[in-house]
Amino acid sequence: MDTNFWVIQAFNGVSYGALLFLLASGLSLIFGVMRIVNLAHGSFFLLGGYVALTVIWTTGSWLLAIPVAAFAVAVVGLLMERTCLRPLGFDPLRQVLLTVGFAYLFQQAALDIWGGDNLDIVPPAVLRDSAVVGGYYFPMYRIFMIGVAVAIGVILWLTMEKTRIGAMVRATVDDAEMARGVGIDTSRVSMLIFALGAFLAALGGVIGGAFLGIYPGLDFAILPIAFAVVIIGGMGSLTGAAVGSLIVGLADNFGKALVPEVSYFTLYAPMVLILALKPTGLFGRE
Amino acid sequence: MTMDNRRKILMVVAALLAVLVITPFSGSYVIVLVTHALIFGILAMSLDILLGYTGLPSLGQAAYLGMGAYLTAVLATRYQFGLDWTFWVVVVLGILIAAATAAFFGLFAIRATGVYFLMITLALGMCVWGLAYRWNSLTGGDNGIVLPPRPEFGIELADDVTYFYLVFGFFAVSLATLYLLVRSPFGHSLVGIRENELRMRILGYNTWLHKYIAFIIAGGYGGLAGVLWAQAHGLVSPEDVILATSVDALLMVVLGGPGTLVGGAIGAGIVVFLREYLSTLVPWWQYVLGGVYVLTILYLPGGLMGLPERIRGSRMPAAVAGEVKSLPSVSH
Amino acid sequence: MLSKIARSLSWGLVAVGLAAGTGMSRESGAAQELRIGFLAPTTGIFAQIGKDMTNGFQMYLDEVKGDFAGAKVKFIVEDEEGKPPVGVRKVEKLIRQDKVHMFIGGLLASTGYALAPVSTRLKTVYVASIPAADDLTQRDSAKFPLLVRTGWTSSQPNHPFGEWACEQGYKRIVAIAADYAFGHEVVGGFQRAFEACGGRIIQKIWPPLGTIDFGPFIPTLKKDADAIFTLMVGPMSLQFPKQLASAGIKKPVLGGGTSYDEFVLPSMGDEVIGHVSALQYSAALETPRNAAFVKKYREKYGKVPSYYSESNYTTAQMIHEVMKKTKGKWPGAEQFVKLLASIQLETARGPVRLDEMKNPVHNVYIRKVERKKLHGYAKDELWNSVVKTYPNVSQFWKFGKAEFLKQPVYSRDFPPCKFCE
Repeated sequence: MDTNFWVIQAFNGVSYGALLFLLASGLSLIFGVMRIVNLAHGSFFLLGGYVALTVIWTTGSWLLAIPVAAFAVAVVGLLMERTCLRPLGFDPLRQVLLTVGFAYLFQQAALDIWGGDNLDIVPPAVLRDSAVVGGYYFPMYRIFMIGVAVAIGVILWLTMEKTRIGAMVRATVDDAEMARGVGIDTSRVSMLIFALGAFLAALGGVIGGAFLGIYPGLDFAILPIAFAVVIIGGMGSLTGAAVGSLIVGLADNFGKALVPEVSYFTLYAPMVLILALKPTGLFGRE
Repeated sequence: MTMDNRRKILMVVAALLAVLVITPFSGSYVIVLVTHALIFGILAMSLDILLGYTGLPSLGQAAYLGMGAYLTAVLATRYQFGLDWTFWVVVVLGILIAAATAAFFGLFAIRATGVYFLMITLALGMCVWGLAYRWNSLTGGDNGIVLPPRPEFGIELADDVTYFYLVFGFFAVSLATLYLLVRSPFGHSLVGIRENELRMRILGYNTWLHKYIAFIIAGGYGGLAGVLWAQAHGLVSPEDVILATSVDALLMVVLGGPGTLVGGAIGAGIVVFLREYLSTLVPWWQYVLGGVYVLTILYLPGGLMGLPERIRGSRMPAAVAGEVKSLPSVSH
Repeated sequence: MLSKIARSLSWGLVAVGLAAGTGMSRESGAAQELRIGFLAPTTGIFAQIGKDMTNGFQMYLDEVKGDFAGAKVKFIVEDEEGKPPVGVRKVEKLIRQDKVHMFIGGLLASTGYALAPVSTRLKTVYVASIPAADDLTQRDSAKFPLLVRTGWTSSQPNHPFGEWACEQGYKRIVAIAADYAFGHEVVGGFQRAFEACGGRIIQKIWPPLGTIDFGPFIPTLKKDADAIFTLMVGPMSLQFPKQLASAGIKKPVLGGGTSYDEFVLPSMGDEVIGHVSALQYSAALETPRNAAFVKKYREKYGKVPSYYSESNYTTAQMIHEVMKKTKGKWPGAEQFVKLLASIQLETARGPVRLDEMKNPVHNVYIRKVERKKLHGYAKDELWNSVVKTYPNVSQFWKFGKAEFLKQPVYSRDFPPCKFCE
């Protein structure tokens, strides 16, 4: 266990955390605003990857695939929210089960449309290289993931803190009742946030697709990890999602490297502890 | 009420007797399916105690099934224990270990309410899955554990009809004991907590303790289902403990009708039928499963059990429709 | 309220009764029908492998128009989702409801271990065309009298592969493989043979099955090893070489056959060129029989056959051969097993016969990934070029059956990693 080991592992953990942030920030926002435990979030991630592949196959452009996939899935999320989730009103249990139903529907649809192949998104050549710094190899793609996550994080933060719509969202998170009282259209806010969550997850899917591959079952494989992030960081908090992603990325990475026998346990046990001691997570508010 | 109630009980007993009589004469695959459905029926009823009667939607009920199942498998393969009359000891141990697990988990989970309860039970369930998946030396990891043939003690459980009778017996006993439980003063106070916890606390009830005990009882019945599941299947695998099993259990209860016990059993029958039988008929069975989830949530707020009353409600004046039992609210 | 319960219950019963009816009405059938149950994952992570498996068998059936020497083949495919418990449930259905004469397939080695006892319990022939769990035809063979393997044991190709590694002059090798029975047995076989000829395995790393981020594992690989031995399945196969390359590791890579199987090869990039693996089949095998097989398969299904396709195609061929001997009559489970086990056949993978424990003896090919044109196709593609052939390899290799069966089955800890640092 030399410095080499620690440097590379820490870098890997951080870059994995970056990917988790893309996935989990949307989940966290959806939870904060709508109190919905969205078990279809992994499906948005996977659908994003698949749509991106279709765009790449037809146009050959990786850059174009990113926005197209993200917006397409955002529309799916928007429709899902309007037609099914909204009419339910506030009822966490039924909302959870409804999203599970959609997860199954999406899974079967993806299988029918894209087949069961193990696919891979190939990024431009420049991202397939490695940067060599001081004898360490840092894969460009991992650096790129960190860059995207930071950029998205900053944009989200600025939107939430500095814009009118951000203020509306924050008010809804704090107290939906009150927000409605002062004339905020919380239904519109919810719709926007759910679409934004789907957008971010799909973006994660496109970015992550080059790193994890795209295959049926990825949706349910990635979901529990996203929940670990949100639970540890605190539901509804952007800072929480960022810190949670880092913690989970590092814990998962070092857990697997150092104590592989109980690696999943090292992921979920802290989650339970935090829930027991501070149910709202590190940065969540009651 | 008593007249009406007696009639209802009679009808359930009649239906159960019909299952008991008809099943052994069905195809041998149907016997296996019904056995599986009954086992999941026990799991669903255990969850109904939490969800339907106490208002606690647990997303980790598969954990207790897993504890019972893995205990059975480990004892059978490592210590050759539970292969004869000691099977009954394993049943007791399975219930105890699951109840003990629930007692431990409950310390974390019970203080959470509403959607946080969903999340923490999900996390606890994932912990058990993580152990089953990665603790290779004990659980065999992803391979799972293949059990030796079913126990024999004068009666051969290896025979599927015999095993069906055994499972049916456990199911009937579970239904009866749980029914007595929900009709007891303790059961009534659980419903009171579901309806208005604050009021119950003001009335002097220790609501935490009530919920905690309900949680442990539910875990114990889950463990029983686990022991039976391991023997039914001859195989225990991390797949039995995954999130989807817990979510399915929730669907069973919601589909059948929460707070009715039997509703969960009916839901179990339908979900087992979809997963195990429909998937052999059509390749796109996941559409049906997903569709059942969505349609149940959108159009069956009281589950199947609430359906007749809804139909009657739509025909009769609104006053009667008011009693339609809908899902307990789990908001905080 | 309870009256509704009762009413719904009785409806449930009607439904069950209906299911029972359809199940029972099927009589054990005319003598000329051969019912074959086939288990393959058609949903989930391994859906594409499942398709390859089914296509292989189906293609043979289509060639003979579903007729095995007069027996009409009824081919029933069930989705086992790549999960052992689901496999068990589906087999119960195939046997009890469809009354199949035999069931074939299953994907994972763990599924094989789970299905074999069902074959014994329900007295039905099990033809293991894919699950490669060693002990099915080794130490546990006596427990499964109705099981025949037409595929391979996990360690089988890796014994000669270990010897080949010695010949290349590799002395110290690190192993990184998926953490489940199949991975353990593949690595075990390689290690046993490699250390028998003087090599040393200096490290073993076990990422969980389904790992796709190898970030935690790649940095722990020993820097001073001569080569890396790896075994990956499904989506893992795709990500590992990529992440290895971008971490700047340029050591020679050896792999269990499934790591570079043709089902995933088209999605791979140039980073796998030069990687070497061992298996009893390669689509790049340049025999007339195989070239014809590849062309026909590709024309029909639009992709190069994988070993999953070949193994099931060959299995169909072998069953047909048995039925020829019985003139299309089902000879009974035990007799069928006996006949199948005595078969000798020229197949796409080369000559195949079965040993006395009902496991194939066949060629093992050492294959190197190359980008080239082959079989007359116009495009440069990745192929598993055969660089060496070990003819007629049995599951016991050169160790001798008696001695080999005395050692425990290969596992995480056997052979012990006595050179691990």
